[in-house]
Amino acid sequence: MSTAEELLSEESRMIQSEKAATILYVDGVSVTFDGFRALNNLSFYVEPGELRAIIGPNGAGKTTMMDIITGKTRPDSGDVLFKSEVDLTKLDEADIANLGIGRKFQKPTVFESHTVFDNLLLACSGGRGVFQALFHRLGNREKQRIEETLATIRLGDARETLAANLSHGQKQWLEIGMLLMQEPQLLLVDEPVAGMTDSETEQTAILLREIAKTRSVVVVEHDMEFVRDLDCKVTVLHEGSVLAEGRLDSVQKDPRVIEVYLGR
Amino acid sequence: MTDYRQKYKMTPVLGWLLQDRGGMILLGILLAGSILIPIGNLMFPEGSAFHVPTWVLGLLGKYLCYALLALSVDLIWGFCGILSLGHGAFFALGGYAMGMYLMRQIGDRGVYGDPVLPDFMVFLNWKELPWYWYGFDHFSFAILMAMLVPGVLAFVFGFLAFRSRVTGVYLSIITQAMTYALLLAFFRNDMGFGGNNGLTDFKDILGFDLQSDQTRCVLVVASALMLAICYLVSRGITQSRLGKVLIAIRDAESRVRFTGYRVEYYKLFVFTVSAVMAGIAGALYVPQIGIINPGEFAPAASIEVVIWVAVGGRGTLYGAVLGAFIVNYAKTFFTGVMPDFWLFFLGGLFIAVTLFLPKGVIGAIPAFGAANGGPGAPGNWRDRLASWRANQGGKA
Repeated sequence: MSTAEELLSEESRMIQSEKAATILYVDGVSVTFDGFRALNNLSFYVEPGELRAIIGPNGAGKTTMMDIITGKTRPDSGDVLFKSEVDLTKLDEADIANLGIGRKFQKPTVFESHTVFDNLLLACSGGRGVFQALFHRLGNREKQRIEETLATIRLGDARETLAANLSHGQKQWLEIGMLLMQEPQLLLVDEPVAGMTDSETEQTAILLREIAKTRSVVVVEHDMEFVRDLDCKVTVLHEGSVLAEGRLDSVQKDPRVIEVYLGR
Repeated sequence: MTDYRQKYKMTPVLGWLLQDRGGMILLGILLAGSILIPIGNLMFPEGSAFHVPTWVLGLLGKYLCYALLALSVDLIWGFCGILSLGHGAFFALGGYAMGMYLMRQIGDRGVYGDPVLPDFMVFLNWKELPWYWYGFDHFSFAILMAMLVPGVLAFVFGFLAFRSRVTGVYLSIITQAMTYALLLAFFRNDMGFGGNNGLTDFKDILGFDLQSDQTRCVLVVASALMLAICYLVSRGITQSRLGKVLIAIRDAESRVRFTGYRVEYYKLFVFTVSAVMAGIAGALYVPQIGIINPGEFAPAASIEVVIWVAVGGRGTLYGAVLGAFIVNYAKTFFTGVMPDFWLFFLGGLFIAVTLFLPKGVIGAIPAFGAANGGPGAPGNWRDRLASWRANQGGKA
């Protein structure tokens, strides 16, 4: 075997081991909408148990990236692997959700005509089949899990309140609670503190850090203060690809990041 | 609600039935009517204060079938947000299945006296029965087809539409196109369903004379009991976890998908169940009315059903029944007194209900306004106002 080949196989082994260690592996993903290149050769990796913040100016491709990971949009090219083995680009939203990837929308999206309790019940992991749902009976284990989640998201007193009547911040938490009920291994959170008061924002950062102890969380956010509160690795997106990656302090000193954020 | 959950844990059906005040009233009326109406018609002589005249039987039977059709539309529109403007097609197909049985029952008593072929086939010079008329001389086969044909059509149509994620107004438009296409098809003499004239001149059902008071009473009672059964089935569905998923789909479809539910299967299930109910309604309707023709496929007829549901109160099930009775009684009244005025009244009624009673007549009754807070209802006006305010706050 020649040296070059050895080097090559060494490199591919390293890539393999890198893949093996990731919960989310996004490599060379591009997608174009009507000639507009929303994602341009985007690559990044999330490790198990990691809390990652993704920032970037409007139009950087943050939401499109979420759409691709959760199966709403298909990429033109590139790989998206979950736990280094499952190809997410071949699956639809329901499959991906059942694999253990939860997604929180930018605008709080809960089931408004249902009570807080029923919202959590519907999100509870378990059978998703039509006939399973038709003959479902509320079990003790489910009830217990719902109570635990109600405590985590601090909505224990509102369990019989219709979700429509919750405040904006409470709806955001309820949605996070619903994601927790799905028992995801990877949680994608899109702008969780948009429209929240300062104290709600602070509480949400604590909540997300708590959640990230047991699973991987990717947070897309505009709010720099909030990203600082999260205290984690930051990926900066710009025009559909990664511009910089690292701790917030070092990223903020990067001249390219400064140019993108302040230069225009 | 929590109390009921715990109290009736062993008997969930009783639990949700006791909470459903409107449903209890509806079932009570249907059962009482099933006993009292035949007594009033058959036991009390004409002229007695308790006598129920035969023409009332005809009207009641018709209204009950319409109520069942309205119920089927409310199940999908009120609870899953699927606005079908073509449900008349499923109703008509159920009606045609029953009509074919009734045609075969005529036997050699037709004008041309052919023992097998219905009159219109003899008139068209057909020599033998088309294959798709086979089996319709058996009542049970006809009943099966009255459910199966609408069910299969809804399943195939729904499979294609929901898989392609056709929703909202686009789905409404293709349901209109579906019923219109069937209207045109059934107009054709070559189809073998009597063309323009449809199927009529029925003589008897299971050997009983369709014109006799006894048979009419049985048909009215059958319609009332079938409405009660379908109400219970619908309520059972909407009270289950499946029903909660349906309401969730109505309110936030993409969230349901990202929660891991396969939305298209849920829609397909409820759409098919609803079409079967509409087919049953049509099968009960035809022997009582005495005719089925392609007019039942008219797009306007399906739209009218949606108006019944909106007038009664969407998303309540019993509201749909009430709406069907109110609007159809008004139709009987107006078309008798001033026929030209009817469509203006219907249009005006729809506008008035949309503007002033967004939750229909049921929503305007305070006792039910509170009950409406339960599953399936978008909340009373206080809740709506609060949610509107909350949303305003969110945007600010």
